[in-house]
Amino acid sequence: MHSVRANYRLRWASRFPAMASPSPSAGALDSGDSRVRERTHKIFAMTEQRVSYTLDSTLETVDSAEQAASRIASEAGFDEDEVMRIAMAVREAAVNAVLHGNAYDPGKKVSLAFERTVRDLVITIRDQGKGLDMEKIPDPLAPENLLKTSGRGIFLIRSFMDEVHIHPSQTGTEIKLVKHVHGPSEDVKEASQ
Amino acid sequence: MSMKTSTRQVNGVTIVDCSGRITLGEGSVTLKDVVRDLLSKGQKKILLNLGDVNYIDSSGIGEMVSAFTTVRNQGGELKLLNLTKKVHDLLQITKLYTVFDVKDDEAGAIKSFN
Repeated sequence: MHSVRANYRLRWASRFPAMASPSPSAGALDSGDSRVRERTHKIFAMTEQRVSYTLDSTLETVDSAEQAASRIASEAGFDEDEVMRIAMAVREAAVNAVLHGNAYDPGKKVSLAFERTVRDLVITIRDQGKGLDMEKIPDPLAPENLLKTSGRGIFLIRSFMDEVHIHPSQTGTEIKLVKHVHGPSEDVKEASQ
Repeated sequence: MSMKTSTRQVNGVTIVDCSGRITLGEGSVTLKDVVRDLLSKGQKKILLNLGDVNYIDSSGIGEMVSAFTTVRNQGGELKLLNLTKKVHDLLQITKLYTVFDVKDDEAGAIKSFN
């Protein structure tokens, strides 16, 4: 393992309180009904928030990205299986960025951003490599590729997320992962009744 | 976090008890080293017990495929035992469940080598 620690530069771009500990205003929670209060809190936690990281091109970055994804997906209210899928998709995207994009180049960084909206959890990972050649990505399910030792990362990402948008360019590849949040709309409906 | 392994012999079969995560870096390297070491000793009947492995990433899958083909190319067999649900699901969606010989009973798995 590399001994160099991932260099975190945490930038908050929140228009709302911190993602890790949402603290809604008292007015929003002024209700005698504890169930409504709990739901309201949950809804508030799902309002728009964004956090971004700039990370070194190291193996530690891969683990850190996965752990951050797991924590944020849990806080967003996804169940255990969905949290695992989201974290794994982020891990695979981080692996691509560190290994295939930046090729462990210490001069190149990986950008990682999480954005929570009422409808979605959106994760964006960007590297500073030469740009992914989408035509060179084989179908890992094709019989002739089943025993290949690599080439499954993008496939797993697509399997685990609701939307995947890949934008390769000469200055790097950006991959945007989207997971829809299904619960809050029902909560909003119930809480407002 | 990383993977740990221990090996034992039962009726000519080497059982590798794995625990932890088989992922890019240490986990994949550990698996590669264990299989390479067994083959160098002529132990070609290998049963990977994955009962305590609940996480494998694409690099780990690649390493398992590599181990499978390396052992087979040397005239041996590598089989999988006791998949957790997460690992089972992962092998299903990657269509590798039918490539690997997967067992859920140790005694039966050992007999299947002979």
